[in-house]
Amino acid sequence: MKFIKFFLVGILFGIVMSKAEIISWYRIYEMFKFQSFHMFGIIGSAVLLGMLSMFLFRKKMVKTFEGNEIHVSPKKVGLYRNLLGGILFGLGWALAGACPGPMFVLVGKGVVSILIVIFGATLGAFFYGLLKDKLPH
Amino acid sequence: MEFISQPWAWYVAGPVIAFVMFLLFYFGERFGVSSNLETFCSIGGAGKFVDYFKIDWKENAWNLIFVLGAIAGGFISSYWLSPSEVVAINPQTIQDLADIGIQNAGATYLPDEIFSIDTMLSLKGFSVLIIAGIMVGFGARWAGGCTSGHAIVGLSNLEIPSLISVIGFFIGGLVMTWFILPLIF
Repeated sequence: MKFIKFFLVGILFGIVMSKAEIISWYRIYEMFKFQSFHMFGIIGSAVLLGMLSMFLFRKKMVKTFEGNEIHVSPKKVGLYRNLLGGILFGLGWALAGACPGPMFVLVGKGVVSILIVIFGATLGAFFYGLLKDKLPH
Repeated sequence: MEFISQPWAWYVAGPVIAFVMFLLFYFGERFGVSSNLETFCSIGGAGKFVDYFKIDWKENAWNLIFVLGAIAGGFISSYWLSPSEVVAINPQTIQDLADIGIQNAGATYLPDEIFSIDTMLSLKGFSVLIIAGIMVGFGARWAGGCTSGHAIVGLSNLEIPSLISVIGFFIGGLVMTWFILPLIF
């Protein structure tokens, strides 16, 4: 039963990704062509409100539902990791027109071919694990 | 119902995404979709080949449930909340896509030239789909996060690694969109 809340939050996430057309390949293409404010407005407003959340967490004004303090674990630091990994991700994002979240939402939409992209992404994560020690970080 | 059936504007979607992130932290977890890809590897037995995947995946079960919810949300939205398939993209975008060989842009959510069953079953179409996926999965795990973990959570938390990653996302995305896509179709 403790999982049902994550299922419900996931449903909200799936609905917003779909209703705001974030799962549309065209919206991603349009964003990278700078021909619409839509995606920039979404990410920008989410980040602004996200900053407010982080402030409330840091000041301990909001705790978890169980009363624990909320710590946002920092991301791993490393110029090569972030820049090279980021560039590779960006190439895939613009080709598939979907990042990992929308990929799953598209499964719910009934897009069969996205399963190949998800399989590829899982394979990609596996290759990363395989080659991790040989890559610059 | 009018509001629900219309496409949602950016100023609705952005705050809802921030709320999703808030709820996940409030429930004692975090917001990051691409880590599920590693969980898939662990469940699939990748730990036998690479120690990196030797984790107790049950600790990430909540995130798999979140993804199941996202799939359900996509289903609910597509079948009950979206009367129209049309995506109202910029007319210039439609023209640009026609020029590189993608027709009827915006008539549906996805281009047939990439996602139709016929395309999927062709060698070129299959390669495009799987290579795109590999780049997303490899890149996200190398960078330590995707759009959710870096662009939303990391930027909100004012983290330099996330800023660098997002700059990387855009370098890669711009190169693909402006220089590589025109060569593919």
